[in-house]
Amino acid sequence: MQSLSGRSKVVVKKEMTLAERMYLPAILGGVMITLRHFFKRKTTIKYPEKKREFSAIWRGHHVLKRDEKGAERCTACGLCAVSCPAEAITMTSGERKKGEEHLYREEKYAVTYEINMLRCIFCGLCEEACPKEAIFLTDRLVSTDYGRDGFIYGKDKLVEPVDKRIDVTKRQTPAVLEFKKHKEFSHNK
Amino acid sequence: MAKVTIDGIEIEVADGTTILQAARQIGGEIVPPAMCYYSTLKNSGGKCRACLVKVAAGSAKDPRPMPKLVPSCITTVQDGMVVENITNPTVLETRKGVVEFLLLNHPLDCPICDQAGECDLQNFAYNHGVSKTRYEEERRTFEQHDIGDKIKLHMNRCILCYRCTYVADQLTDNRVHGVLNRGDHAEISTYIEKAIDNEFSGNMIDVCPVGALTDKTFRFKQRVWFTKPLDAHRDCPKCSGKVVLWTKGNDVLRVTARKDQYNEVKEFICNECRYDHKDMNDWVIEGPRHIERGSVISQNHYEKIDLVKLKADVERQLKFQEGKRLNEANNTPA
Repeated sequence: MQSLSGRSKVVVKKEMTLAERMYLPAILGGVMITLRHFFKRKTTIKYPEKKREFSAIWRGHHVLKRDEKGAERCTACGLCAVSCPAEAITMTSGERKKGEEHLYREEKYAVTYEINMLRCIFCGLCEEACPKEAIFLTDRLVSTDYGRDGFIYGKDKLVEPVDKRIDVTKRQTPAVLEFKKHKEFSHNK
Repeated sequence: MAKVTIDGIEIEVADGTTILQAARQIGGEIVPPAMCYYSTLKNSGGKCRACLVKVAAGSAKDPRPMPKLVPSCITTVQDGMVVENITNPTVLETRKGVVEFLLLNHPLDCPICDQAGECDLQNFAYNHGVSKTRYEEERRTFEQHDIGDKIKLHMNRCILCYRCTYVADQLTDNRVHGVLNRGDHAEISTYIEKAIDNEFSGNMIDVCPVGALTDKTFRFKQRVWFTKPLDAHRDCPKCSGKVVLWTKGNDVLRVTARKDQYNEVKEFICNECRYDHKDMNDWVIEGPRHIERGSVISQNHYEKIDLVKLKADVERQLKFQEGKRLNEANNTPA
């Protein structure tokens, strides 16, 4: 009977030679593959001594930026949290008091801001949603740990230190950089 | 009775109805947006120019078109009137201009503003505006005021729709606030920041289309779209007691009156309901509040689906689609 799919193979019982019965061609074939890999370029690197180059737009450990005067840019608008597909971001907001203008840029600020790094999938949607250029993903790695507790990153780990700024200029598109040149827009003041 | 045609749809309405009300009786996309008109407040409307429409034929007796676009919220219909709203490219173009004017002095501080997510101006600008501004001058700024101990006034955000002054006029007995100065300097104010302690004064928060008047007890507590709106009621001797609770977990963060599909309150609530009963046990919960699918508040919001209502809604939409006749100019994206 003819097969419907036409893909069936007719199995023939073929007598194996002595060498084949001793698995010699099969073993030699395997050895050849192993030998070939000795001379190929290695796909792994020796990690702690040698580090791979990061892409300019690598999405790692988040940073909450400060402005030129050192005030926090984040206003706790919640757009990052609402855009987050993993629901990793939570925050509470508060009102800036008189005399705190050097600490917070706008009249509302994030009292707490937490990212659960176990939930985070580093998609970068928070960065895209942010209207205040406050949150960026950087080329720093989130370190591993044995416990789970340390993975909820608060403001202490996210906000950049005033004296040790984190450079994110590589992440900004030419369109953004062009926009920033226009000082007449209130956004850039 | 007067027969009017709005965007090709004919409807018979009572004499003295405005074009906007007639359009609302038809419903759907052809309803002009309104920022200052408020159906439950007398004399409101005619200020923001958001609802401008083209009258292509004045009436059956005098079928000449009206020379300029007219505000639909204060123009009454006449028999045989032909109105063009979304079918007229000039109207759509003008609306972009209106958005630009309304946003001239608006601070655009939506990330801070408590109204964001349920703001009429945000929706209006999003649906009808352009994303760029040509305005380069300094924006007009005012100091923030407290109106009483429960209401915060951000005059910067105000679009001078006068809705709140109508609330003060019509709902409360002692009018203590109004609009001072003229033109660019006009601002809402109370005399020497006199506290407003009328029982219904809190309603000016609900009628405010922007974030100019916000609830101080809810100030910066939570973004609206992270709260869960619930329909609830209680026995209140002063008002109907029908409210919306905006909750997070078991906490009632804010109490507002119920707004209809045009963001208008039909039954105003008293200050006691609004401010003093922030406890779940004070209220009889009816169920989740219906939130429009397009609203940001609808994310993670679940409500029981009323199948009968849904079916009626789908049928109404289909009927609307059949009756809809758009000319070529509007079919191509602008």
